[in-house]
Amino acid sequence: MQATTKVTQRTATTPSGSPVTVLAFSGDISSASKDAILVAYHGLDSTVAKVLLDFSGVDYINSSGIAIIIQLLLEASKSSDRKIGIFGLSAHFQKVFTMVGINKYAAMHSDETTALGSL
Amino acid sequence: MKNGSSVEVRIPSQLGFEKVAMSTAASMAALMGFSPDRVEDLKTAVAEACINAIEHGNQLNDTLGVVVVLSTTADQLEVRVIDDGVGVGVTPPSPNIDRKMHGEEDPRGMGMFLIQALVDEAEWYQGPPGKSFVRLVIKLDKENQ
Repeated sequence: MQATTKVTQRTATTPSGSPVTVLAFSGDISSASKDAILVAYHGLDSTVAKVLLDFSGVDYINSSGIAIIIQLLLEASKSSDRKIGIFGLSAHFQKVFTMVGINKYAAMHSDETTALGSL
Repeated sequence: MKNGSSVEVRIPSQLGFEKVAMSTAASMAALMGFSPDRVEDLKTAVAEACINAIEHGNQLNDTLGVVVVLSTTADQLEVRVIDDGVGVGVTPPSPNIDRKMHGEEDPRGMGMFLIQALVDEAEWYQGPPGKSFVRLVIKLDKENQ
């Protein structure tokens, strides 16, 4: 009965011209999202250095879904050359992500333009 | 809304149905005049309480239901989430993101922490099957704090 998570991948560019891979999530992020999110992340080319997670299309995130994001960040931390950022979270989920400490490992931004400018 | 109003929702022990209870709680809180950000806090707390009841209390046994009772007074909304488990004896320690990021702590296990952080009162009661519950309260007089 859990809603599905859709992940789409696209490439954006920082103001300085560097490529950034954007993983855009839509639907719910819950325990049922693990395969969709981690398969998309594992599918990134090893040369990808900058990744943004776009939550603009996400309505519902629960603690199991947050755990999957932490797992993604943990895997990203093993690659010293890869930088991860987050944008598009509602004010509520920015607060929740900060409560659990995700902001220590991935900078959070309100929108894509700001996020691209930070990379 | 009349003081003392009460609504009861029974959901099956299947993940995803917590959103039914969450939406009901959000509607009641909005009717009482809680601000949108407090409604969002309550939605997450109720969803997490229901997920705990489904996964841990009822062990994902979909023949068992989770009962959510929402009761109002003039200044607060109380939510009881009741399951058939033995209840929560000891509250787990707060999650530690550094330990999680070093693989020393399960990435999961944040539900009770979020519940406690997002509502004004959260208490867990142990009882016989069908009597264990978590009680959550949000108060209108805490709106601007």
